[in-house]
Amino acid sequence: MVFLFYFLSAIMVISALLVVSTRSPINSVIYLIVCFITMAGHYILLNAQFLAVVQIIVYTGAIMVLFLFVIMLLNLNKITVPTKTSLTRIAALITGGLFFLVLIAATRLTFEIHPRYAFDSKIGLVSEVGKTLFGEFLLPFELSSVIFISSMVGAVMFGKKDK
Amino acid sequence: MDWTLYIYKTIFLFIIFLITLVIAMYSTYGERKVAAFMQDRRGPNRAGLFGLLQPIADGLKMFMKEEIIPLTANRALFILGPSIAMTTAMLTGVVIPWGGTLTIGGREFSMQIADLNIGILYVFAMVSIGVYGIMIGGWASNNKYALLGSIRAASQMISYEIAMGMTIVALILSTGTLSLHEIVEHQHGIHWNIFYQPLGFLIFIVCAFAETNRAPFDLPECETELIGGYHTEYSSMKLGFYLFAEYINMFISSAVIATLYFGGFNMPFIDQLGLSPNLLTLLGSAFFFLKIFGLIFLFMWIRWTLPRFRYDQLMNLGWKKLMPLAIFNILATGAYYYFTEFN
Repeated sequence: MVFLFYFLSAIMVISALLVVSTRSPINSVIYLIVCFITMAGHYILLNAQFLAVVQIIVYTGAIMVLFLFVIMLLNLNKITVPTKTSLTRIAALITGGLFFLVLIAATRLTFEIHPRYAFDSKIGLVSEVGKTLFGEFLLPFELSSVIFISSMVGAVMFGKKDK
Repeated sequence: MDWTLYIYKTIFLFIIFLITLVIAMYSTYGERKVAAFMQDRRGPNRAGLFGLLQPIADGLKMFMKEEIIPLTANRALFILGPSIAMTTAMLTGVVIPWGGTLTIGGREFSMQIADLNIGILYVFAMVSIGVYGIMIGGWASNNKYALLGSIRAASQMISYEIAMGMTIVALILSTGTLSLHEIVEHQHGIHWNIFYQPLGFLIFIVCAFAETNRAPFDLPECETELIGGYHTEYSSMKLGFYLFAEYINMFISSAVIATLYFGGFNMPFIDQLGLSPNLLTLLGSAFFFLKIFGLIFLFMWIRWTLPRFRYDQLMNLGWKKLMPLAIFNILATGAYYYFTEFN
């Protein structure tokens, strides 16, 4: 298990770095897909099978297909990234570094958080997820589904041709 | 560590892969024979008895042919495309229950490689990754016909996945589980889901045709418009992989349909036969394969009977007819269980 964790993590980190460092957009999309699939592997290691499979269906199977679609249709494979001046680069480096500092400061505290519930190793299985969502978190769950429906209707409205 | 189980699973995995490949191979022969029968011809009959060696000759031909990778193609992705198509096609068979349990020497051996409690969703995940094989291959060819074909394939597959997923929701409502093994056990004897979910079955089988890119939904490789579609630039065994993946997908989707709607390895009057459990398991598996062959024949029958759709008709069918029908199916199933079981 520990070996699998490091193996998946190594692939994930390398592919995530390649997403931002490759020049061709289509390659970065493919590396992002690899990254998402390894993330699903991590979920499986955490015994969250439902989350893993939903991660693959939703992110790799639907969202990334649309990404790939747009890149293929616009034919973005030529390198169109404008070169930045050194001033912008230095400013980006400083802000990025500061953000990283804040992030470390924020996550340092997470180790001291005491969870409200004892960890249940079955929480990621589909029946437990369903019971939790439709029992304790019913209202937030229903509200988020309303938001989803309204965004879908909004997308259809945008996609409609003007007459 | 339970080594016997590991060894058994490994051997079983190889057997299933072998069976999948052999059935896919002989599906090509079957398809040509069915086509010949429909069109009043003879079909392949030169290689071996009744032309039975034809698939082997075809495979050999595919391997021997010169392999051409176009200079303008993206080499790595060009190779990646058929590999993804083949791999995902093979991986789906892992969750299908090919039979009950065998008892050998006091130990129980399940005739299923992995009984995941999210079995049916795993099938969907593999199908949705399978889109990349076609998309990446079509794009990497750097040919506009291939690109058009792959875009058609991808939009068709993601459109029909929605209606397919919704029919599964109705099915899960009636069986109460996502595990394929439990779905099969729920249909014991002749309580097959097709009698309880006839509308869902119709929607599912139409979507299965669209997902496997078979006629009448074979627009991604529509010869009259797109030369060869997404595999226009492919030659030799890479083309063979794409064609082979289609037949494997056809076999696997027949297996999934048989599992979900035709009771899997259940057969009618199984309790009245009075045979030993091991014999019944083997008989059940044989019956399961019989169902699969029947469904494969249905796939071929429809391919050689119906003409191809126009692309806008295909999209209209998917989004404006099948999706509302699938939602109606969920509502009807939910209402039925609400008024019958919870009162």
